[in-house]
Amino acid sequence: MAVPIAFLAVFFGYPVSAIVARGLKEDGRWRLGRVGEALADPHILDVLWFTAWQAAASTGLTLLIALPGAYVFARLDFPGKQLLRAVVTVPFVLPTVVVGSAFLALLGHGGLLDEMWGVRLDTTVWAILLAHVFFNYAVVVRTVGGLWAQLDPRQEEAARVLGASRLGAWRRVTLPALGPAVAAAALMVFLFTFTSFGVIQILGGPHYATLEVEIYRQTAHLLDLPAAAVLTLVQFAAVAALLGVHAWTVRRRESALRLVDPALTARRPRGAGQWALLGGVLLTVVLLVLLPLGVLVERSLDTPDGYGFGYYRALGSAADSGGMFLEPPVEAIGTSLTYAAVATLIALLVGGLAAAALTRRAGRLVRGFDALLMLPLGTSAVTVGFGFLIALDEPPLDLRASWILVPLAQALVGVPFVVRTMLPVLRAVDARLREAAAVLGASPLRAWREVDLPLVGRALGIAAGFAFAVSLGEFGATVFIARADNPTLPVAVARFLGRPGELNYGQAMALSTLLMLVCAVALLALERIRTDRSGEF
Amino acid sequence: MNTILRRAIGTALLGALGATALTGCGSDDDSDAKGGAGSKTVVLVSHESFQISPEAQKRFEEESGYRLKVLKSGDAGVAVNQAVLSKGKPQGDVFFGVDNTLLSRALDNDLFAPYEAKGLDRIPDAVQLDKGEHRVTPIDTGDVCVNYDKKYFADKKLTPPKSFDDLVKPEYKDLLVVENPATSSPGLAFLLGTAARYGDDGWEDYWKKLSDNGVEVTDGWQQAYNARFSGSSGGKKAGGDRPLVVSYASSPPAEVYFAKPQPTKAPTGVATGTCFRQTEFAGLLAGAKNEAGGKALLDFMVGKRFQEDMPLTMFVDPVVEGAKLPKIYSDFGVTVDKPQTMEPGKIAENRERWIKSWSSLVL
Repeated sequence: MAVPIAFLAVFFGYPVSAIVARGLKEDGRWRLGRVGEALADPHILDVLWFTAWQAAASTGLTLLIALPGAYVFARLDFPGKQLLRAVVTVPFVLPTVVVGSAFLALLGHGGLLDEMWGVRLDTTVWAILLAHVFFNYAVVVRTVGGLWAQLDPRQEEAARVLGASRLGAWRRVTLPALGPAVAAAALMVFLFTFTSFGVIQILGGPHYATLEVEIYRQTAHLLDLPAAAVLTLVQFAAVAALLGVHAWTVRRRESALRLVDPALTARRPRGAGQWALLGGVLLTVVLLVLLPLGVLVERSLDTPDGYGFGYYRALGSAADSGGMFLEPPVEAIGTSLTYAAVATLIALLVGGLAAAALTRRAGRLVRGFDALLMLPLGTSAVTVGFGFLIALDEPPLDLRASWILVPLAQALVGVPFVVRTMLPVLRAVDARLREAAAVLGASPLRAWREVDLPLVGRALGIAAGFAFAVSLGEFGATVFIARADNPTLPVAVARFLGRPGELNYGQAMALSTLLMLVCAVALLALERIRTDRSGEF
Repeated sequence: MNTILRRAIGTALLGALGATALTGCGSDDDSDAKGGAGSKTVVLVSHESFQISPEAQKRFEEESGYRLKVLKSGDAGVAVNQAVLSKGKPQGDVFFGVDNTLLSRALDNDLFAPYEAKGLDRIPDAVQLDKGEHRVTPIDTGDVCVNYDKKYFADKKLTPPKSFDDLVKPEYKDLLVVENPATSSPGLAFLLGTAARYGDDGWEDYWKKLSDNGVEVTDGWQQAYNARFSGSSGGKKAGGDRPLVVSYASSPPAEVYFAKPQPTKAPTGVATGTCFRQTEFAGLLAGAKNEAGGKALLDFMVGKRFQEDMPLTMFVDPVVEGAKLPKIYSDFGVTVDKPQTMEPGKIAENRERWIKSWSSLVL
């Protein structure tokens, strides 16, 4: 527990409290009255209300659309499943600016819907909700599906033998077992949409603002640190309340489960019902995920001389970027992969230890710690970025110019994923197995290696995949600390988009497509490693 | 036993993490930083749009003997705010990218140490906004103007608008997209342009008319230009439906320069009566580690080599008299004769109040 606490204290607690304190302190005295003033401001209340209801709506919609997907990916076997599972995670890494324009192309003026039915969603809140489903589909599929695949189907079968209907068996046996994972997924989606930034900025325009957008405006543009500090505290309070509710609902349901090898639970679809479900899920994935991604690929190939790889070739030389890059822009792939790998390792280490500590101990302190681990997800990137800037500026922690700051910031967002993915699985491990191992003479470390590790190997893989994807696509905090000589892929895309001209736009699209491919390939590789290992049990 | 073991592992890992971090630091400064005080690296802090061609950078490094390192982040506003936050312990030696709309914020915060760059006499007085004290040095100017989609207006047989007055005319209803001045620097420049044109009392009326005429607002330049504007290459692909956008006077040459093959005519044009002039400054950061290197960099930035480099890297106009413009830039760009502009003190005084009234008027 010492490592995660130290990590969070140094790289999250300290910078964030430094920036909040800067905002709330005046001439060395605290001005807490400001909190009250801000809370009485009707504009802030409007923002808070919009933030909360759009997050709730997005979460509901995501669960509705993605839970059948989680089932299909967990229990049905079909060709191309691994690839598809990697692909649905791709939205996670894509810069929101890029996705936003793809959504506009589909939903906006002259878009697909407009041409077919004259429906335009770009000015409505639906565009925001759908984009949130697009981004978070994988959260549900991977966290819920991860556990679902390991549940022993024989328990449900036993219930049916005892006379329960199919639905009844599912409701009594499977649903309670899945409860914690569904709650964890819902929590993450809610946190992500509650703190949504890019999607709101692009699809909501200036008319809709979340707390996060408001914090960004106040900090980055108006330098109104007092207002930003108050908003940060408001966001903290909201997130804390949410985590409290979450902890309360989950604790009552968590229990040891029989976990089995996921390879044994997935079957070819049987019967009309399963085929229809599979078809429905595939159709959803195609419409909701593949179509927007396809738009990007199409744009990256659409050169003035017809379809071709012109923009990709341009990425190979620094000269074509008009001095914007010192090295060929493709080298951003290497930079991104390195940073993401380092960030994943940090996140796995910190998150893994935290999750282990949380399973072993109980008590109020631990529960508080659990909530603390999720806070980075509920904190705006600009707060963290500016916090780094003013807090980590003295030796031995003058890291402002160091490359390690980027993976550290990325890992902050990765840790909650690792914890949330591993916790339901770790808690499901029957403690009696560990006790049995101990009785047979195994040391705690050995018991962990022989009992927990094989069972959580899969969760570890899923967690690593998430942490990796999050790091690969992280933009908000990275942009504050990225350096000119080696930008990450999302930063390089933003640079291209920041300048007029066809070649710049084309290269931005090509680079986004490469980002997409790199992510998919990396996730597939991760799944492979995992599959090999799961053969052990 | 269990906890002791875990704690030991934990401490070891944290140590390893710290060590990586420290090596990361060390490798940044390379071997040339080992000399300590007499650092051979000069660090320029700037916004995302800063560019220097590799040739110009090489020239600076050869002439001065310093290695140039660039740190950039965010847009102009974010970069200035970051510099303000880290004042006293700056991230580098020179800051570039504070413009007249934000100049007062930087100066009021004592961000810069005075230095009179060599060659300042070749810069016109009009842009030397800190002439007496030399805390900042003007480097470039740029005009924020409404751009139009030539094809749209040709197809509709409609004359493109030329001035602020034109934009509220009924024939241009629902055609213009602008940026939110609260979150975008061209958006702010355009708002200031209208305030300069119609005065403290008149600009709100103007925006009421603009709002009635169907102006659309996005939060940033990228969304406005690459997604909504029908004339840009990005906007065309994204199905943008607005033929008028607030962008820069240098956007048309950029559209030509970054096209393969390069067209003989720019696809977009500039409404020259809607321009607001921005001047960008650089300054030596107070507390800089490498003061001598910073001064050398400022001298270089007002020198001919860098001044003639800027038009095709950052798409801005040089401030130094006699700096030659690249052909493509002068052929496809426009000269704006009477841009609107405003004194930094006045901008500082009114910025926030105006943005607030603008928001309640337009959003």
